[in-house]
Amino acid sequence: MAQITLIEAVTQALAYEMAHDDSVVVLGEDVGVNGGVFRATQGLQQKFGELRVLDTPLDETTIAGVTVGLAAQGMKPVAEAQFEGFIYPMMEQIACHAARMRNRTRGRITVPAVFRAPWGGGIHAPEHHSEANEHLFANIPGLRVVLPSSPARAYGLLLAAIRDPDPVVFFEPKRIYRQYKEEVPDDGEALPLDVCFVLRDGGDVTLVTWGAQVKECLEAADALAEEGIGAEVIDVATLTPLDFDTIAESVHKTGRCVIVHEAPKTAGFGAEIAARVAEECLYDLLAPVERVTGYDVHTPLYRLEMKQMPSTARIVEAAKRTLAAS
Amino acid sequence: MSIAAKFEIEYLQYLDAEGKQVRDDLPAFAQDLDHMVELYKLMMSTRVFDAKSVALQRTGKLGTYASCLGHEAAHVGIGSAMRPEDVLAPSYREYGAQLYRGVQPREVYMYWGGDERGNDYRKEPARHDFAWSVPIATQCLHAAGSALAFKIRGEKRVAVCTIGDGGSSKGDFYGAINIAGAQNLPLVAVIVNNQWAISVPRKIQSGAPTLAQKGIAAGLFSIQVDGNDIIAVRKAMEDALERARSGQGGSVLELVTYRLGDHTTADDARRYRGEQEVKDAWAREPMKRLKHWLVAKGAWDEQKEEAWKAECDDWMDDEVNAYLETKTQPVTAMFDYTFAELPADLARQRDLALSLEHKAH
Ligand SMILES: Cc1ncc(C[n+]2csc(CCOP(=O)(O)OP(=O)(O)O)c2C)c(N)n1
Ligand SMILES: [Mg+2]
Repeated sequence: MAQITLIEAVTQALAYEMAHDDSVVVLGEDVGVNGGVFRATQGLQQKFGELRVLDTPLDETTIAGVTVGLAAQGMKPVAEAQFEGFIYPMMEQIACHAARMRNRTRGRITVPAVFRAPWGGGIHAPEHHSEANEHLFANIPGLRVVLPSSPARAYGLLLAAIRDPDPVVFFEPKRIYRQYKEEVPDDGEALPLDVCFVLRDGGDVTLVTWGAQVKECLEAADALAEEGIGAEVIDVATLTPLDFDTIAESVHKTGRCVIVHEAPKTAGFGAEIAARVAEECLYDLLAPVERVTGYDVHTPLYRLEMKQMPSTARIVEAAKRTLAAS
Repeated sequence: MSIAAKFEIEYLQYLDAEGKQVRDDLPAFAQDLDHMVELYKLMMSTRVFDAKSVALQRTGKLGTYASCLGHEAAHVGIGSAMRPEDVLAPSYREYGAQLYRGVQPREVYMYWGGDERGNDYRKEPARHDFAWSVPIATQCLHAAGSALAFKIRGEKRVAVCTIGDGGSSKGDFYGAINIAGAQNLPLVAVIVNNQWAISVPRKIQSGAPTLAQKGIAAGLFSIQVDGNDIIAVRKAMEDALERARSGQGGSVLELVTYRLGDHTTADDARRYRGEQEVKDAWAREPMKRLKHWLVAKGAWDEQKEEAWKAECDDWMDDEVNAYLETKTQPVTAMFDYTFAELPADLARQRDLALSLEHKAH
């Protein structure tokens, strides 16, 4: 079996689902002949034709609104925002219609759509190509926010997202698009949405993260292990609806919680998790919750971008602070 | 049958692809050969600058860069027609217009080289222009808003925005020309139709035969121009600016040109367009025809060309050196322009970032 990267897993999932479900269509800018600027839709137009893999006019409002219309008519559209930094014009259609249609019509009309976007920084890209705004979407009721962090999870979660009867925003951490390969059988097996994945067991501190920061958290766990500290690493994967039980169980065990994300700190999704820990796990805690996040600044241009992002060293330090506290 | 309204779109051209003059009524500026030589020289320095930028990227000294190869007449035509007091709201590749207005090559390098200081144009009139706008078409509304400010304050100034063929599909573009028509704003919206929006060809953007005609729906003067003919671009721009300045309303100009290079250095255009198309486009490119015309008039020759090229090379080498010698900003720079004054909460984050820097060293 071939080893594939995260981006190839995205392509594999799209191709699988398009081959097995005629109602699945892909639309966006440059998704056709060019196969997407990151090649996520590579080869799909050749396989499935120009109507099922549609290059749209350059207008994100058009893409998102047409996606809502397609979905309302029983299609399963997978729309692409070329970069997450260009998704803002889509937000009106996502918040006011995609996420709301079921509730508005008491279930008469639904929007089983996926909005994909390359997400996050770390690839030396120009302005607006490195944003991490998952928290903005996590605050929209009726919307799933999903971030895969490995080729296998990209494949399984994207299949699940397309099959899900409700709208899903699917953010792909572009920093790890091609970071490593793993075997991902093209068997059409979806992974469950709405659950966290425990990637590593540990008894001393819980590291909670998602997206590209899974890499730094696993590195931090390695570094901590060398000092005899057991770090449990949780990939949240679906931010909303949140599987808080998995996090609570871990914090109950470790008594310590470090939340890591590259989006700005204030009102980032880490704030939600910290609040839930305070509400539901306060008496388990042996130390204050730590957050290692981006600063409350605009994503800097690339010279400084890595300084804005949580580093392995910062995560290790935060974990050690929680251990020093008790 | 009664007709409610009737429209047509003029196509403007003075020089054909070979540099033959196709009409006799040359505008006044084009009768001044010294001035035409100046325009040619700036087009050439823009091209030399552009080649240097791509080379810098290829050698790892610059991030992703959007080349302007083939757009020299369009861009220099826009920049040279504007008055200093006007305002330009560009997208991201209109260097020819920006160099005319005082943007320095080193500033372009800094922006694409990952340093925000490239947006802090040091020279007027660029200093009061907008910075590059990467979110497609958003700048069109900033130009409309600027034009509204000029109208409110009774200033005889014009706001100019540039936008691609792709960008002309976006609601922001329609919104900008719409309010300009409704409010009779001094706005000149220039569509630089280079036939491609990354890999998406012009026909995917719109079923309309011209992009200029979008302006008709907004109630604006609308014209299609040979965007590789600097005389036509400059003339259409001068007329549009004059109408806007004298309160006769805004315009939409469609400059028909061709993106001879990749979309950016991160793109490979061979994936989606044929060699023949690009070859054909080279035969229509803007420099050659102007050169032929100037040489035929005795205003230019090979010797002058070589001398000017050498001067451009020296100029760009200086600019490249200035860029390469620029030290990266301190980590605090990402905090210091977030608000007029640094709020206490953010100051704590800034201190943290600074302490991590000290630890790292
Ligand atoms: C809102 C938004 N969506 C997508 C992009 C990504 N993108 C950058 S340039 C481009 C194509 C622009 O084409 P066009 O408007 O014709 O201008 P050109 O690049 O040809 O000058 C796209 C899709 C973006 N910058 N902004
Ligand atoms: Mg274009």
